[in-house]
Amino acid sequence: MVFDYYPGCTLKTEARELDEAGRRSAAALGIELQELDAWQCCGAVYPLGRDEIAPRLSSVRALAAARDHRRDLLTLCSACHHVIKRVNHDIRTDEKIRDTANSYMEGEQAYQGETKVVHYLEMLRDTLGFDELKNRIKKPLTGMKIGAYYGCLLLRPGKVMSFDNPENPSIMESFITALGAEPVIYPYRNECCGGYITVKEKDQAARTASRVIDSALEHGADCLITACPLCLYNIDVNGTSSKDLPVYYITQLLAQALDV
Amino acid sequence: MHQNNNYLVETAAQISGVNPKSCMKCGKCTASCPAFDDMDLSPHMFVSMVEAGRIRELMESTSLWKCLSCFACVERCPRGVEPSTLMEAVRLMVIRKQGGHRISADEIPELLDKRIPQQALTSAFRKYSR
Repeated sequence: MVFDYYPGCTLKTEARELDEAGRRSAAALGIELQELDAWQCCGAVYPLGRDEIAPRLSSVRALAAARDHRRDLLTLCSACHHVIKRVNHDIRTDEKIRDTANSYMEGEQAYQGETKVVHYLEMLRDTLGFDELKNRIKKPLTGMKIGAYYGCLLLRPGKVMSFDNPENPSIMESFITALGAEPVIYPYRNECCGGYITVKEKDQAARTASRVIDSALEHGADCLITACPLCLYNIDVNGTSSKDLPVYYITQLLAQALDV
Repeated sequence: MHQNNNYLVETAAQISGVNPKSCMKCGKCTASCPAFDDMDLSPHMFVSMVEAGRIRELMESTSLWKCLSCFACVERCPRGVEPSTLMEAVRLMVIRKQGGHRISADEIPELLDKRIPQQALTSAFRKYSR
C-alpha cells in the first residue's frame, strides 16, 4: 500500500525522531510513504475564523496533490493531521470556503474534498491491522506500563476528526497492547497539555502539563506516548511534578519493538 | 478608532459562524475548560456576553489570551455553540486592529529554549498576531 506522506515542519527539525522512526517502521511493515515533493507548513493551528482563507491554502494544496496522485494523504504529527483533516471537511461542507480557496488555485483542477486524510495510527489500525502488527513485532515491550497521551487534536471535534471515541478512546491502547506492553488508562489522557500557551504563559503551561503527568503517575504509568511534538515538549519541559515521567513518540516505541 | 457596536456584533458573528442564541446556559463549557481558573470571564459567561452584544468588553478580556483551543467545550456543548470559536473570533478582532499584536519578532529570542518545537512558535504567531 502506498500513501502520500505529509511530514510537516516540526518533523523536519525538533521532532526528527518522530518522522524517521515512522519511516523506518512503515518500511519494515511494507507500507510505502511517498513524501509530497512541495508541501508547505500547515500553519500549526486550524484557522477557526470562517473568513480565513490564506491559512487554509497549504492544506488544500497538499490535499489536491494527493488527489492528483490518487492516493490517501498520510499524516503523523497531531497538529498537521488536525489542520488538514478539518480544512478538508471545510472544503466538503462550506461552499464559500471551497470556492474562495479554489480561486487561488488557478490552472489546477478545482479541489472538492476528494482526498482521504489518514493518520499513521489509523493506517496501523485500518490498513495493516493491530493483529498483524502484533505478528510483526520482533522485540515485544514486555513489562512496560505505557500511558497513551492523546491530547486534544487527534480527537476533537469528534464529528470532524472521526478518529476514535473522543471521550473514551482506545486506538492508542490497542497499539500499546500490539507492541507487547501494558496500557495504563488514566483520566487526563485526552486533556490539553497547554499547547502554544507555553510561549507566553509559563505558569499556566506548567500547571496544565503537571495535571496530565500527575494523573498518569497516579495510575502507575512508567512513561507516556504521544504523536504530537508540542505535547511531548510541554510534558517533558513544563511539568513540575515531583517525579519524572519519560515521554516518547509513538513511532519511537514502534521502531524499537520492530527492531528497526 | 472606536468601532460602532453593531459592526462589532456583526463581525463576531461573521468570523465565528456561530449562533450564541443556541446556548441553554448549562455551563458544561466552563466545567470542561482546563483554563477556566486563569480566565477573568469563563467560557459560559463569554458566550452570554456575545449573545448580549457586549463585544467591546470581551475585546478587553484576558480570557482571549488564556484559551488553549483544546476544543473540550466544542466537544461537550450539547447545543453546538462552540465557545472556543467565539473566543477566537473576538481574539481575531483584537489582533486585526492597528497595534493589536500580542507578540513581535523582536521578543522571540528571549522566549526560546533549545528544545521548543517550531510548531509552538508558528502557533504563537498565529494566535497572537495577524
